[in-house]
This record gives sequence, structure tokens and C-alpha cells, in this order.
Amino acid sequence: MPGLLSLSDVTLTFAGNTVLNAVSFDVAERSVTSLIGPNGAGKTSLFNSITGFYKPQRGAIRFDGHELLKLKPHQVTKAGIARTFQNVRLFSEMTVLENVMSGMHCRTHAGALAAILRTPSQRREEEMIRAVSRQHLEFVGVWPEHNRIATTLAYGHQRRVEIARALATQPKLLLLDEPAAGLNPAEKLDLIELIRRIRDELGISVLLIEHDMGLVMQISERISVLDHGVIIAEGTPRQIQSDPRVIEAYLGRDDGEAFLDD
Amino acid sequence: MIERSPVHSPLGRLQGVWDNPAYRWPLIFGLLALMVVAPHVLGPYATVILTNALLYVVLALGLNVVVGYAGLLDLGYAAFFAVGAYTIGIVHHVYGLDFWLTLPIAVLAAAGAGIIIGSPTLRLRSDYLAIVTLGFGEIVRFSARNLSITGGASGISGIERPWIFGWEMRSSMDFYYVFCVLAVLAVIASLRLADSRLGRAWLYVRHDEDAAEAMGIDRVKVKLAAYVIGAIYGSIAGAFFAVNLGAISPESFSFQQSVLILMAVILGGMGKVPGVILGAFIVILAPELLRDVGELRLLVFAAGLLLIMLFRPKGIWPSQGR
Amino acid sequence: MALTDLVLQQLVNGLVLGSFYALVALGYTMVFGVVKLLNFAHGEVYMVGGFAGFVVLSVVSGALGSGWTAVAFSMVLAMIGVGFLGVVIQRIAYQPMLSAPRLSILITALAVSLVLQNSILGATGGRYVPFGADLGFGGINLGNLFISHNQIILVGTAGVLMLSLELFISRTQYGRAMRAVSIDKDMCRLMGIDVNRVIAVTFFLGSGLAAAAGTMAGAYYGSLWYFMGFLIGLKAFTAAVIGGIGSIPGAMLGGLILGLLESFGTMIPGVGSAWKDVFSFSILILVLVFKPTGLLGKSEQERM
Repeated sequence: MPGLLSLSDVTLTFAGNTVLNAVSFDVAERSVTSLIGPNGAGKTSLFNSITGFYKPQRGAIRFDGHELLKLKPHQVTKAGIARTFQNVRLFSEMTVLENVMSGMHCRTHAGALAAILRTPSQRREEEMIRAVSRQHLEFVGVWPEHNRIATTLAYGHQRRVEIARALATQPKLLLLDEPAAGLNPAEKLDLIELIRRIRDELGISVLLIEHDMGLVMQISERISVLDHGVIIAEGTPRQIQSDPRVIEAYLGRDDGEAFLDD
Repeated sequence: MIERSPVHSPLGRLQGVWDNPAYRWPLIFGLLALMVVAPHVLGPYATVILTNALLYVVLALGLNVVVGYAGLLDLGYAAFFAVGAYTIGIVHHVYGLDFWLTLPIAVLAAAGAGIIIGSPTLRLRSDYLAIVTLGFGEIVRFSARNLSITGGASGISGIERPWIFGWEMRSSMDFYYVFCVLAVLAVIASLRLADSRLGRAWLYVRHDEDAAEAMGIDRVKVKLAAYVIGAIYGSIAGAFFAVNLGAISPESFSFQQSVLILMAVILGGMGKVPGVILGAFIVILAPELLRDVGELRLLVFAAGLLLIMLFRPKGIWPSQGR
Repeated sequence: MALTDLVLQQLVNGLVLGSFYALVALGYTMVFGVVKLLNFAHGEVYMVGGFAGFVVLSVVSGALGSGWTAVAFSMVLAMIGVGFLGVVIQRIAYQPMLSAPRLSILITALAVSLVLQNSILGATGGRYVPFGADLGFGGINLGNLFISHNQIILVGTAGVLMLSLELFISRTQYGRAMRAVSIDKDMCRLMGIDVNRVIAVTFFLGSGLAAAAGTMAGAYYGSLWYFMGFLIGLKAFTAAVIGGIGSIPGAMLGGLILGLLESFGTMIPGVGSAWKDVFSFSILILVLVFKPTGLLGKSEQERM
């Protein structure tokens, strides 16, 4: 049953290494899905394949009626998928507000001529860009700092700015790459709350890569487990927790302990 | 939004004055008044120099869109300058079409050239782009020198002066005012571009191409826009250059010229309009003020550029600015 | 001249030209391999190398005459001297720029090339400077084909230099280190390889080869000009790209190919020798647009 995002048989090889091996899985609308797996399993490569930065050699990725494999990254975003990065990649030397405004670029059209002539529609569009960016910053709770240079914010706040920036592209699906990394427990609780609100209030599906099992179990409706480029299990948190294949994949790795502890 | 300098620098203090609305308009009117009065006060020789400086302001602002805003190293910018000038020379002088009708043709020709050259090459890494633009500049200069339609090595002469609203642009003072208007228009256009959706897109792409793409920005389209806009500035400057001088030859469109325009963009402070204006004046006035430097001005500029690059390890964009 | 004679003659010309291009292209490709930078100033290093050879020759021509012995001697000294110049440039101008935005290092390289070019312009007043070598006009006749001794010596010397480089790369420790650094610089640091020294050696070798080419060009063509580095720089870069930037055999192959293409290109009606430069630039643009990795280069997976 195809969902909002549907991968079938996606295979990606780099210089002889098979990074993704016939990966198939779905993300439903208005849901929170997690992608977990030991380090090096290929999770970020999967994100990169979805968003068009890598081109899988085989397979298909369908999203909301689009065939993603043919699209360039900016076209994937326009189609409705936005992402954050493992190492927060905010635009340096620019303010928080300016960072979030970048998300609005693909939803607006004023060009060079309109800019030079300062047409009324261009001015209205600029106001709209600022207003919408403000909304998103208020949604993630960072508006008070909107004029500060983005990279000077506390790490947790920077992550939220990155999420606001992704939300500004008005996506239907949000990809979060290890959003909890580097957060303290209180911030992680806030993150869970934020993800829930993204799904419930904004109607956006969330697909996240995460290592923090506690968070994953709490927030996810469905979990897919990736190991060595292969999906080895899929199901509800309860099912995954007790799946022997998953436990085995994690045992003997550095994060094995973490998996069992949670 | 794009135009900021460190608060403590001299340009920064000027910025502070500029940002204060109470001071800004008097400052602008003061400058405009100075510009209007200058030729009468300074005499005909200085007027010609100032006209050249204003021409360079337009050229440098055009290249600034490409290099300063979009971060693309273009080493063949003189090619667009040439396209503008030679289109006027060929279509206006040789074929007799009115200047004001030829001007849009020149602009379209330059924009077209920009699209043709830019589309395949702006995807390349910046090192390659620099060399390709250099090669393109050489091809244009070489063609100008060797084709008969461009008049070969001697170029085109006897280009007629244009009329506007019943008044002919004749004297050097006439052209001084024409270039004043062009420079002011170039400044306004640049400032508005910087503070716009496209201007921001250039910044995003410059800072982190991949993150910008992930935010839905088509980096090739955005870079192409910068390249073509630069081409348009260059061709307009070239068109008026042609009618001002009345004659053009390939030597004005060499790699040397491209480098001088680049110097103007960088030496005063890249990416910021006041800095670029300053750079244009430095490049034009230096040989005048330092007579013995004249021949070696490129060496002095290059050495100065090298020193600037080495002592600003963060690069040419100062930390607080863009 | 019959067509085959013309073709053979152009073949010889192409080999000679290609030797120059290959020697200079090697510098581009080696430097790109280890620091991922297109050394814009490399063409000027070739030019300075020629002038260095000229200076040495004028000093020793009393003792050694002005034949190939003297030229060879001058060439070796020029190679060493300019090799060090290359290292100095790298240390002073490029090293501090490695962490700066891409545009900064490109502009720095441009500034270096302009400083070199304009210094020589100032010193020579823009004139063509006669090299002062006396090489004779002897040669071999193969039917209608004439191959001069100078051409043979030139191609032979270039071949010897390139062979030496190839041996150095494949047989010595530094050579292996160079290859390793071009694959993964950070890994090399972790493994204890002195990356900075490897980079310095790379610049030394690349600049030395360019200087050899410059000296030989001065001897063969008879004169030097401050602007000669500009054109050669572009052509050699084209050669490096054709062969695959970063690949040493690629640079040699690319040089040869470009030399031959240019020589045969002059036979095309309409192109002639006047338009051969435009011909070469066009090849450059076409290669970069359609096959940027060249013939032997590795294709990069260019994304994150």
C-alpha cells in the first residue's frame, strides 16, 4: 500500500560498495516514522537519495505523484520534501531570520527586474516572506533571537532554526537527520513535543534518523531498521524492540548497549 | 540587508551615517550636488578623468554582481563590455540604426551571450569557471581583432553621437552627465538587487551551495541570473563608451581590461556598493595621481591585491559584512 | 608538398608542441592532485623559468658557449631555482588560504600570476628578449620530411624528464606519498605523512618542469616575452583537462593530444595559424562542458 513517500528496490553503489541494497519502504501521510540502524548502515545515504543528492543506480522513489529519481535536489524540495542535516548547516554570517527566509525562495517568484523596479507585487512578496518566516520561527520558539547571527545561538536553538528553515519551504514531508544529537534531556523532550506539533498542527509527515532509542520509541508510529544497506525489520516500536534480528544487528556494535538499555 | 561593514572601520562609520535616515538624504543630495558642480569647478581634463571613473563604476558594479554577490570568478568580463561597444559600432554606425534602437539590441546580445556561455559552464567548479571565462574573453577579443565586420585591429571609428529629446550628446561635459546618470542607476539597481529575494539567494548559494539546493534554490539558475545581469551592465557601459569615444578598437577589451575591472571590484571592498565605487576611483585615479606608476599600475594593484588577500585570511569579505 | 608529407610534418610539429604542453600540464595536474587547486600562476612560472634560463645562459655562455650544452646547464639551474620559487609561492600565498573561501585562493593565485607577469613586464619593457642560444640548423631528411636536431633533442629531453618524473612517482617514497595525499589528505596526516613537505615537493617538481619547458622554449623559438606564460598556461591547462585533471599520465597524454590537434588544426582551411588559439580554447570549453573528467581522470561523485 503506497504511502506519501514510497521507495521500491532502491540500490546505491559507490566505487564498488553497495551502500543501499534493494531498499523498499513507505512513509504514510501525517505520520512520524523513524529510520534507525547501526552506524554506517546507510541512513544518511538514504536521505541523500531521497533528496536527490545521490542518484541510485536502481529502483524508484515516488512521492506525492512525483518520480524523485529524475529530479535535482532543488526540484525535490519544490515537490514538498525538506530536510535538516546531521551537522547543523545554517548559513554562516547571516541572521536567524535570513536563514529561515531561504526556505521561502522556492515558493516565491520575484525576479531581478521586479527587484530593481521595486514593483508593488515585489514589495508585498517581501513582506509576505518576512511574515511567514516569522510564523515559523514563532512555531519553533526562536523568534526572540531572529536578529542574531544564526551560528552564535545555542546549539539546541540552532537545530530549531534549521527546522524552521526547512518548514519554511512548506513541505509535506520533513526529513530530520539526527535531530536529537547533542541535546540535553530537557531539550529532547521539547523536540518530541515539536515533532508532534509538526505532525498534528501542520499536517506534515516526519521521517527521522535517530540514535536515541528512547526518543525513537516515544515518538514513532513506525520504525524501519537499516543494516548494511538492507532493511532488516519494519514495524511498530513494540515490534522492533523485541525483534531478534534487530537486537542482533546492534549487539557487538558500539551502540548495542544503548539499544538494549532503552 | 546585504550591505554591512564592520562598525569600527571607516566604511563602517560611513555606513552608520547612511543608515540613519536623518543623515541619509542630506548626504545623498550633497553627493549629487557635488557631482553636478564638479566639471565646472575642476575643468575639462578632470572631467574626462571623472567620466572614466564613472564608466568604471558601472563596469565594476556589474562585475560585482557576478563576483561580489554571486561569488563567481569571472576573468573575461571585458567580453560583455566589447559586445555592447561593438554592437553599437556595427549596428548603429555601419548599418545606421538609431542609437536608442540599437541599445536594446546590444543588451540582448550580451544577455544572449551570457546565457550561451553561462548555461553549460556555471555548473563547473569555480576554478574551471575562472579559466573558461578567461578563454571566452580571449575568444571575443581575438574575434574583434580578426574579423572584418568588427574592423579588425583598427576597430570602428566615426561613431555618431546620439540625440536625446532634441539634444545631442556632444561635449565631454555632456557625456560626464550621461555617465553620472548611468552610475546612479547602476548604484540603485545594485542596492535593490542586494536587498531582494535574488540577492539573498546569491548569498545562500555562496555560503553553502548544497544547503541552498536543499532549500529549493536552483543554484545554476541563480548563478546564471547574476552572470547575465553582469553582462547587461557591461554592455550598457560598452554602448555609451562607444559613442563617447566615437571610436573603438580591440585593445580596450583585453584580459588586462577584465583584470582592471576586477581590481576595482576587489580593492575597495568586494560585494559592497560603496567599496566598489571606491575601487573604481582608485583604479582610474591612481595613475593620474602617481605619474610614475602609470605604466606599472597593474603591478602595484596586483601586489596590493596580494597583500590584501594575505592579511585578510578570512578572505575578502570582512567578518561582519557580506 | 604532398598531403602525406604535410601530415607527417604536422605530426612532428605536434610532437614538439605537445612536449611543451605536457611538461607544463604536469605541474597543473600534480598540484591539483595534492591541493585541489588550479594554480593560476603556473603559466607565469613557465615564463619566469624561461627568463631564468636566459639569465643563467648569459652568465655561462662565456665558459660553455651557447650550444645545447650551455642550454642544458642553464635549464637545470633554472629548474632548481624556479622550483624553489614555486615552493615559496605555495608557502607564502597558498598555504594561508587553504581554509578560506574558494574564491579567495583563486584571487590570490591570480594576484600572484599578475605580480610575476608585470614584474617581468617592468623589467623587460614588454619587448621580445632574444634568448641568445646558438643551436644550429642541422637535421635529418626522411624523404620530403625534415626533422631538425633541435626538435629531436627537445622531444627527447621532454621525454627523459617525464620518464624521470614517472619513475619518481612510482618508485620513491615521496612519489608514493604524493599519490596518497592526492587520494586522501587527512588520512595521510593521521598516518604520519608530512603532508606539507609532500605539497612542497609537488610544487617544486611542477615548477621545475615548467621552467624546463620555458628554457627550452626560449632556446628553440629564440626569444622570450613577458606574456608568453599566459597563453601557454591556458593551453597547458586545456591539455591537463583533456587528459584528466589529477592524472599524471593524463597530463602527458593530454599535452600530446593538444599539440597534435593544434598542429593538424592549422591545416583546416579557415582556421590557419591565426585562429589556432581560438581553436584550442574552444576545445577547452567543449571538454569541460561534455567530459570534465577528461580521458583518464576519475569521475567525482560531486555531491555531499
